[in-house]
Amino acid sequence: LFGLSTSCTKDLDQTPKYELTPDKVFVNLAGYKQVLAKLYGGFALTGPSGPGSGDIVGIDAGTSDYIRQWWSAAELTTDEAVIAWNDPGVQEWHRMNWDATNPLTRGLYSRLYYEIAICNEFIREATDDKLSSRVAGSELAQGKLFRAEARFLRAVAYSHVIDLYGNGPFVTDKDAVGAGLPPYATRQALYNFVESELLALTTELAPARSNEYGRVDQAAASGMLARLYLNANVYTGTPQYAKAAEYAKKVVDAGYTLSTTPSASAPISAYGRLFLADNNMAPASNEIIWPVIFDVNSVQSYGGTTFIVNGSTSGSDANWQRIVGQSTGWGGLRTTRALFDKFFLAGGDTTRDRRGRFYTRNQSLEINDLSQFTQGLGVLKFRNVNSAGVGQGAPLNFSSVDFPMLRLADMMLIYAEAATRGSADRATALGYVNQIRARAFNNAAGSAITDAQMTSDFILDERARELHWEGTRRSDLIRYNRFVESAYLWPWKGGVAAGQGVDAKFKLFPIPAADLTANPSLKQNPGY
Amino acid sequence: FAQTGSVSGRVLDSKKEGIPGATVLIEGTSLGSSSNVDGTYNIQNVPAGSQTLVISFVGFNTVRRPVTVVAGQNTEVSADLSENTTQLSEAIVVGYGTQRRQDVTGAVATVDSKQFVQGQVTNPEQLIQGKVAGVSITTAGGAPGTGTTIRIRGNSSLNANSDPLYVIDGVPVDKDGINGASNPLSLINPSDIETFTVLKDASATAIYGNRASGGVILITTKKGLQGEKLRVELNSQVGVSTVARRYENLSADEFRSLIQTNGAPSQVATLGTANTNWQNEIFRTAGTYDNTVSLIGSVAKTPFRVSYGNLYQEGIVITNKLKRNSGSISVSPTLLDNHLRIDVNAKGSIVDNRFVDYGNVANAALYDPTQPVTSTESRYSRYGGYYQFTNAVGQPLGNASGNPVAALNNTSDVSTVKRLIGNVQFDYKIHGIEGLRANLNLGVDMARSKGSKTIAATDFGTFNTNSSDPGLNGSSYQYAQDKDMKLLEAYLAYGKQVGGTKFDVQVGHAYQSFVNEGPNFLTYRLNLDTLVNRKEVLTVPGFYSKSVLLSYFGRATANVRDKYLLTATLRNDQTSRFRPGYRSGWFPALGLAWRVKNEDFLKDNTLFSELKLRAGYGRTGQQDIGGAYDTQPRYVISGSTTTYPLGNTPGTVVPTYSPQGYNAVLTWETTNTYNAGLDMGFLDNRLTATIDVYQRTASDLLALVNESAGSNLTNQLNKNIGSLRNRGVELGLNYGILRSESLNWDVNLNGAYNVNKISDLGQQVEGFKGYKVGGIGGGTGNTIQTQSVGYPSNSFFAAQQVYGADGRPVEGLYVDRNSDGTINDLDYIYYKQPAPLVTLGFSSNLTYKKLIFAFTMRSNLGNYAYNANAANLGNYANAQGSTLFVNNLNPDVRNTGFTRQQLFSDYYLQNASFLRCENISLGYNVGKVFGASTLRVTANVQNAFLVTKYKGVDPEVFNGIDTNFYPRARTFTLGLALGF
Repeated sequence: LFGLSTSCTKDLDQTPKYELTPDKVFVNLAGYKQVLAKLYGGFALTGPSGPGSGDIVGIDAGTSDYIRQWWSAAELTTDEAVIAWNDPGVQEWHRMNWDATNPLTRGLYSRLYYEIAICNEFIREATDDKLSSRVAGSELAQGKLFRAEARFLRAVAYSHVIDLYGNGPFVTDKDAVGAGLPPYATRQALYNFVESELLALTTELAPARSNEYGRVDQAAASGMLARLYLNANVYTGTPQYAKAAEYAKKVVDAGYTLSTTPSASAPISAYGRLFLADNNMAPASNEIIWPVIFDVNSVQSYGGTTFIVNGSTSGSDANWQRIVGQSTGWGGLRTTRALFDKFFLAGGDTTRDRRGRFYTRNQSLEINDLSQFTQGLGVLKFRNVNSAGVGQGAPLNFSSVDFPMLRLADMMLIYAEAATRGSADRATALGYVNQIRARAFNNAAGSAITDAQMTSDFILDERARELHWEGTRRSDLIRYNRFVESAYLWPWKGGVAAGQGVDAKFKLFPIPAADLTANPSLKQNPGY
Repeated sequence: FAQTGSVSGRVLDSKKEGIPGATVLIEGTSLGSSSNVDGTYNIQNVPAGSQTLVISFVGFNTVRRPVTVVAGQNTEVSADLSENTTQLSEAIVVGYGTQRRQDVTGAVATVDSKQFVQGQVTNPEQLIQGKVAGVSITTAGGAPGTGTTIRIRGNSSLNANSDPLYVIDGVPVDKDGINGASNPLSLINPSDIETFTVLKDASATAIYGNRASGGVILITTKKGLQGEKLRVELNSQVGVSTVARRYENLSADEFRSLIQTNGAPSQVATLGTANTNWQNEIFRTAGTYDNTVSLIGSVAKTPFRVSYGNLYQEGIVITNKLKRNSGSISVSPTLLDNHLRIDVNAKGSIVDNRFVDYGNVANAALYDPTQPVTSTESRYSRYGGYYQFTNAVGQPLGNASGNPVAALNNTSDVSTVKRLIGNVQFDYKIHGIEGLRANLNLGVDMARSKGSKTIAATDFGTFNTNSSDPGLNGSSYQYAQDKDMKLLEAYLAYGKQVGGTKFDVQVGHAYQSFVNEGPNFLTYRLNLDTLVNRKEVLTVPGFYSKSVLLSYFGRATANVRDKYLLTATLRNDQTSRFRPGYRSGWFPALGLAWRVKNEDFLKDNTLFSELKLRAGYGRTGQQDIGGAYDTQPRYVISGSTTTYPLGNTPGTVVPTYSPQGYNAVLTWETTNTYNAGLDMGFLDNRLTATIDVYQRTASDLLALVNESAGSNLTNQLNKNIGSLRNRGVELGLNYGILRSESLNWDVNLNGAYNVNKISDLGQQVEGFKGYKVGGIGGGTGNTIQTQSVGYPSNSFFAAQQVYGADGRPVEGLYVDRNSDGTINDLDYIYYKQPAPLVTLGFSSNLTYKKLIFAFTMRSNLGNYAYNANAANLGNYANAQGSTLFVNNLNPDVRNTGFTRQQLFSDYYLQNASFLRCENISLGYNVGKVFGASTLRVTANVQNAFLVTKYKGVDPEVFNGIDTNFYPRARTFTLGLALGF
């Protein structure tokens, strides 16, 4: 009986068969890359086991996607987007009355820190020592690049923490899994960390345009830095527009080029091609610095561009569905007239700005009821068709449109904004702006603006025209003091049809009550 | 005049010594006697003719003896009883052995086959529905073989398994589900079952330490008896079932006029001319037959029983059915001069299911009643002629649901599940050492299931708008699962009488392993050749998990002069789910009893025939949470639809590796139970009463709670946190109201009151309202319940409805409890619980000569349910969800007038207390006929009536959320029991 018991005791140590223990993962460069793919995929996918699976809990799995949540926080809270649905917490985005128990602001927060945690786990397994013991000599350099990319992705997630929540817990690869409660870091401390990481990565990552598709390079680090510096005054109280311009220009000069070739076969404008299912190919790929990849077959989630394409399409209008390349529509996302009106400058554009494409059939411009999808115009920007106009979605109805996290035109406008704020060269800036506008108007005469027209306010509106629905609007409005203030209103801002100002606390999201409970060292943001 | 005679004789043991106190009964009557000190007995007034004597005593095999009684004479019948260590008719099966009922110190209830619920019982646990105080058994609805939730004294845990442990003939079986079987117990033929023993308090259950927190249910199957002559029993039932209570909705005419009044012109235009009652179309009168034939007897002193059962049961929803073929064998040879007894048990079954999607049942209530079931219009030909919501060219309208009749007929969701539970148990009385025996029990529980879900090419939901090839419509998916439980138990037991004190001690060891494995499959189109997702590949070929439990246990009992009783147990368990250092748990228990009746001062009291005081304490454990490997670091390999193609190489699938969160310090949840009880018997035990009070506190609660952001690889983890308490009172009464030769009336009344409260959930910040649970429809991620400190588990959490002067709820108006101008969580109230506060059961059994009339009623009080059907459909907006089609409404809209869904209104939390008549049965003992020795015919109605104020389909829903419910059937059964 004793011998039996001993063997039984050993039987208590069970290991999985179809899941991998860490000692079976980090055995070669391919293993490292499969984890690295998860870190990148953390922005696109909600979980590993099909589109219904979720890495994080406490939020509907399909809703929990990084881009879907981050996009909702950045766009649904502004004049650029409204949503019809009844899901818990979803109306609060646009009505600007969220609180610390809102499941979506919590889901977003959980997603950001999940990304940070898995990056930390990877970086721990990719120290110089561990790499050199597991990876053959020539592949060692790749392994170190992987580690740099993981640091980049972590810095991006932290930059979103800074932007959305301000302060928050701070964990790095130095803190083992389950080691204890992460300490609280101020917005300034997180800013310093992200800045130093990104500065280091401007040299440690692969040179611009030399990496594989979907992986980031030195230009991506500069691009994220440019965005960080652009908003530095909001984050730290110290403006850094000159640095923003410096790093934006580094990207502009790094070899990326604006996509200026329309597709003759569809026809689709040069601008429109940036947001199609084949935007992983030139010319779009020459302009997109960091795409988050989606694919109808192999990169499926109910977030990302699937959410943006399906969510902004009518469920009962087959014509609309055909235009966006799907056979379904979720009937949720529309825009307000505040965005629509920006395409008609005072004095009037005489030719059509190709960036403003709206679906108007059966849709009203005015919104009396946020929950009615037919109120508010549809936005035809992200479309799951290729450059020949062929739909890619049916029958699975996931999207193949890659989401541009960083795009050259954004960098040009950052430079221009810095110039209007006296921190960069105006002539260079005007050149950039007019390049963008020339493309927007398909090189039609009259698209160019003059130096006098290039005001700071003009740049804000130009950013809306160029970058609407790309996730920068909330930060832009905060930077211009137009997010919570009553000086600038849009339909249903603050929960009323005409719009109203809201408490300044809404410039930051609250630390979720769930995490304040789990981690008493945290401090709630003021006002919540 | 004497039509009666007498029977006398002597009851002897194997050493030919008289057995005092043995029970001798004339079968089929209440006549009987106990043997005297020397084993002699005498029964007077026995009706003349052929009779059967049943002679039994604790610890011995029951013996049956035919006797011919002659009027006015005495007949001499003596019997030798052989000892029996496991199967005792007057003994109670307890963990790892048996005890005399009078020696039991814990809260233990038994129900034997005579008291079972009659009629068409498909799942074994339904046999005792309403029969045991504090045992709440809730079926998931009316589908054959549907799942059941059993709670003994309330929810014992928050997120870990609260189900009781089932031990069938000494084998603790795997209680987790099997793919393809809604209820793993439905694989056992209820006709094979002899008794249920429910161990309720921890002084009784702690011997099963590791999985006993939810209580233990010991099931003993029927066995052959020593010395019994060969018998054949045939039980046959036929039944018909109809839907007992339907979904409420508007009639076609009411609906048509409502849309014509309120609908948009485009909606009015969609109205059809039909008058279809969709529920009539999907419900049917369903037939059932259930036959069991068994052969019972004893060959060469070896008792045995073999049985074969055959059940075919149709569901009341079209296409739904279940077929079960089951067999069981039990053989109990005795060897080595009666020193070695071997029990061999095997129960096997093959169940074929055809399931239905409950969503289609609910959908029948909301589908447009002005549309026909079928249509000859050409645009519907691609749907097999079924009407569907389509555009002019026959393409599905977005967001439209499918014709429920078509959806049911087009879907073939079938499974075949096989299960074998078997064990061989050796009990060896060691030669040379009086009172010492060794017991070895080897058992298996194996299940093999496979199933498939095939959706026809003409189906609406999977219609492929891109293709005209019918082979590319529809879909086909299969699954398979193998489960293997292996058990080894060994113990040594020693008993000794020292003066007036009897000691028993035993020590043992148990090993149990659970393997769950199977292949993964992809989903194909109906042509079985084309993948639904053409680029999909299998990145993970299957699933596998193994968990192991290793245990040591001991028990000591002392019986001092049949007055003072003590039971002490101790168990150590180790589980592979936890990491070294955290995997060992200790579970002690102590039970004390005082048989006051045996004290001198009560000895001659004629009022009390029994008076026993019991008190017990015990600790049990819980480890059944999450997956088998959740406490160790590991990486999940992604599926091919959720990869991330770095390097833009379309076509090649490189799965990603996802690191998983884990809690390496997870350990046992422990439950401490205190129980005090009083057993009373009056009038020679014609009236017995049992009262128990208890408190059960689970601490180090295994709960899914928030993990601080960034500190782990997930944001919620199973942790040991908080505590949960159940307190309650139970009462059981059995009363033989009438006792006479021709008329007997027995009633059983049981009641339980249980209060459940979460007392701690770890640290919390002010304003934290708890963990949201209880998902409801009407949006993504909506919930209606919460786990909050100070409230019962799964408390409803809703907005407080404001009512107008006319008593009607005011749409969208709720009490703004914190007066901040908005209605959110902070204004919600904790309101009622889904679990009943009080459960009651009442059974009556009346026999008059050869007639038997019995019924069982049960009642739940204080339970509330969320009427999801009314919340979702009881508003005008729902009818007009699209401009292109319309849906039927819940008539509650007339009471509210709501124009939109008010999902979180406490208006929809309704009192779901009920009284249900579980069954009424009428039987007639024909007796000897056509060469058969016995013939009994019975007529039964189950679910005869329901009394409730609840407005939804059925108040009895376990989690309190009444959504997509499969209505319970009312079943009429005719039964025939024949013995040869």
